[in-house]
Amino acid sequence: METLQLALVHALPEVILAIGVIAMVLVGAFRGKPDDGPMSEIAVVLLGAALVAIVLKTPGVSGVVFDNAFVDDRFGDFMKALALIGSIVTLLMAGDFFRGEGINKFEFPILVVLATLGMMMLISANGLIALYLGLELMSLALYVTAALSRDDARASEAGLKYFVLGALSSGMLLYGASLLYGFSGNVSFAGIAAAIGDHPNVGVIFGLVFLFTGLAFKMSVVPFHMWTPDVYEGAPTPVTAFFASAPKMAAVAIATRVIYTAFPGATHQWQQIVIFMSIASMALGAFAAIKQDNIKRLMAYSSIGHMGFALVGLAAGTEEGVKGVLFYMAIYLVMTLGAFAAILSMRVNGKPVEKISDLSGLDNTNRPMALFIALLMVSLSGVPPLAGFFAKWYVFLAAVQANLFTLAVIGVLCSAVAAFYYWRIIKVMYFDDAAPAFDKPSLTLRAVLAVSAVSMLLYWVYPAPLVQAADSAAKSLF
Amino acid sequence: MFGFGILSGLTFLPLIGAALIALVKEDDNGKNTIRWIALWTTLVTLALSFYAWSQFVPGVADFQFVEEKSWFGSGLSYKMGVDGISFPFVVLTAFLMPFCIAASWKSIDVRVKQYMIAFLVLETLMIGVFCALDLVLFYLFFEGGLIPMFIIIGVWGGKRRIYASFKFFLYTLAGSLLMLVAIMAMYAQTHSTDIVGLLTTKFDPSLQKWLWLAFFASFAVKMPMWPVHTWLPDAHVEAPTAGSVILAGILLKMGGYGFIRFSLPMFPDASAYFAPLVYALSVIAIVYTSLVALVQEDIKKLIAYSSVAHMGFVTMGLFAMNQQAVEGAVFQMVSHGIVSGALFLCVGVVYDRLHTREIAAYGGIVAKMPVYAAAFMVFTMANVGLPGTSGFVGEFLTLIGAFKANTFVALFATTGVILSAAYALYLYWRVVFGKLEKPTLQGLADLSMREFAILAPLVLLTIWYGIQPNQVLHACSGAVAQLIKNYDAALAVTRTAALSLY
Repeated sequence: METLQLALVHALPEVILAIGVIAMVLVGAFRGKPDDGPMSEIAVVLLGAALVAIVLKTPGVSGVVFDNAFVDDRFGDFMKALALIGSIVTLLMAGDFFRGEGINKFEFPILVVLATLGMMMLISANGLIALYLGLELMSLALYVTAALSRDDARASEAGLKYFVLGALSSGMLLYGASLLYGFSGNVSFAGIAAAIGDHPNVGVIFGLVFLFTGLAFKMSVVPFHMWTPDVYEGAPTPVTAFFASAPKMAAVAIATRVIYTAFPGATHQWQQIVIFMSIASMALGAFAAIKQDNIKRLMAYSSIGHMGFALVGLAAGTEEGVKGVLFYMAIYLVMTLGAFAAILSMRVNGKPVEKISDLSGLDNTNRPMALFIALLMVSLSGVPPLAGFFAKWYVFLAAVQANLFTLAVIGVLCSAVAAFYYWRIIKVMYFDDAAPAFDKPSLTLRAVLAVSAVSMLLYWVYPAPLVQAADSAAKSLF
Repeated sequence: MFGFGILSGLTFLPLIGAALIALVKEDDNGKNTIRWIALWTTLVTLALSFYAWSQFVPGVADFQFVEEKSWFGSGLSYKMGVDGISFPFVVLTAFLMPFCIAASWKSIDVRVKQYMIAFLVLETLMIGVFCALDLVLFYLFFEGGLIPMFIIIGVWGGKRRIYASFKFFLYTLAGSLLMLVAIMAMYAQTHSTDIVGLLTTKFDPSLQKWLWLAFFASFAVKMPMWPVHTWLPDAHVEAPTAGSVILAGILLKMGGYGFIRFSLPMFPDASAYFAPLVYALSVIAIVYTSLVALVQEDIKKLIAYSSVAHMGFVTMGLFAMNQQAVEGAVFQMVSHGIVSGALFLCVGVVYDRLHTREIAAYGGIVAKMPVYAAAFMVFTMANVGLPGTSGFVGEFLTLIGAFKANTFVALFATTGVILSAAYALYLYWRVVFGKLEKPTLQGLADLSMREFAILAPLVLLTIWYGIQPNQVLHACSGAVAQLIKNYDAALAVTRTAALSLY
């Protein structure tokens, strides 16, 4: 029998965030001013405290608490740490942008913390109900942030589009969950796995498909990616940075957990779905991005492609594959945050610009920035010796080990196509004539960009810790 | 130092130079400092490679200077080592780099800092390719070289530099990615990426064919073999002089090195199975690209096509798989590295004066540049394969070896020798001889001290290796003998297995 005390210890990071965010709402309400004031800083401290709680947790302690609804394991810790890092860095980068645009409302930090709390619940969900609660907590906060810039038509459109499509996908997910409950008589993942055994019936497969539809929407993989380019382009850039980083971690984490804990008996069935989504995402991410001239849209397609690559590891259906996914997401997070730090730094005379051609000749006007962006692009394209290569190495290795040769070959060819548009940005920065120089970016943005680029460049010097962390996190799932 | 050996030192020394350069401010004074740092870095690396050479035991089959460190925890490890086949290329790389730096002394005046950093990083990656004894480490260096080369062509190249850099990049990338999948498949089979271990692993013959094809995709592009050679003329024409030297001198050799190190010993059955294909492609490369070279209007393009033809001899020799042919192929690669590098340097000399590579813009420059004409002649003759120059040894040995393996292949390939004489002498005649009529050529000055210092050692080396090729041949003989022994043994095993089925 568990005690409440034990349960709260396991959920300590979530508890910190939950209490903290309520306090933030009260502070925001009683301050009586619409601007953000110290809220961002408070949010960063809260998220930082949750991160510290995860990092300092006694290793090896894991457990299932709250009546089988909440699981605390290394896998969860790894992904939660990533999600928290994504949220913290987003908040740090966002302040200047929002102040510049005059939309520095106190709600944004609160919504980010709420969304992060949802992500952490989602990552730790051990049953369908907890999954849905976490997912909705996360999504509702995200819908609002997309439309944060109320007077901007593009942002409102993005928020509305995201909400309508998101609601639809939640509906499908709920439908799938109800089918699963109906056919297995269980809401906990382990219970479902035990109930369906090795021979899932048609009802379960239906449930599986619908559940996956909902999750695929959150991961923004093809064919449930339609919202991504519009929302990425329309939302304020810091919000886009947030969308591209933290929620992706949570969505991939829960998809992985569902697959491995609830459907080990239905491997053949879900593998087909994942392989299809993976190939379709990689191909779309590679080809559709070529024609883009807006860098935020380009990053949208790039993120679709990257989710496709992460799914390659998932498709393998092995421990190696999970390790690959975890490793991929960690590297992807760093690259994405760096790339968005670069996009946020693209300001001419105080106005943000987001065309790729605005980067022209950046090497002449801002040499370090050009170098860092170039490094990130090389890493995103997966060319060694940058870290992006090792990320691809582990996911494709898992696929090859599981004999998914076709998937691996299509994947690497897609990455060759995708390399074209990443390297085109290098070409624009280095080979073309100079466009107007950017304003000097804030210290935070420069620091995020530099840290992310340099860590990608020098990752090979000391790679073992991250690999081992991903390894032990993957083990805890099996 | 820190438990790292001489090969790590050789590999990462240029990076230290690059880091130093990064600290220098790029003004008029700084530019010279940067050039000197780059030159000294390459010279020290060269000296270190000579020291390594003095320690190297020639004629032995085993890997030497081996160093190993754990790296990624499981699987991948940091393992370096050289044998008689790879070591000549290490020295060749270290040897050519100072010439590249010196050749860029005057011609590169914008973004000198980035240029020198790119070259030094490239040197690290190239030496790493030949030293790596771990497949993933090898791939890292092999593919990483794309980044600096892309920048070098794209930033300091000619008019169509963007087209050329992307073509170079995408061709090579697509090829190597297939190799990456094959590397993963090998890892999936053996749970190891240790090259030494994989050399003795016997892969299933049907799997070998797929692996061989994937590796072939990468090396054939890099080599380059007909019909995937089309990136090379573009890249050569647009690249700055030093870029062309590195491209022809080292990067092309990575393909040949890959065949010897991976395809032949690791997939012997598949190599024997696909040998006729390689012969056919080699012969087409030799004859067809020689003919194409005959009609070129651009000096660099002509030399680029001649490189493809010469690489045809290398692939032919490698897959003939006997002692003469393989040694000849290794020698041909080393010799071609020196000779074609020198030829591009020669083109650079006149290009720096007239800023055109059109053959028609020249004619009769012997009257104004006699010393240059003499140096150019030596390299032209070596390119033709005249006995007494280094070019002869490799071509002759590969032809003998091919003759043993397949007479018809040798027959057709030999016509390449005649064709190479035709295009090379025709080029030399049009550029150097004839009447000096064009007004632009009247003011030409002969070689400066710097240019003389660049070309003289290469002339001597070309002739020295023509007379005394044993230094290279002896170095690789042990490793080549071992390679052929294992290859034949592997084929014999397969044959016995096939016979026992009856």
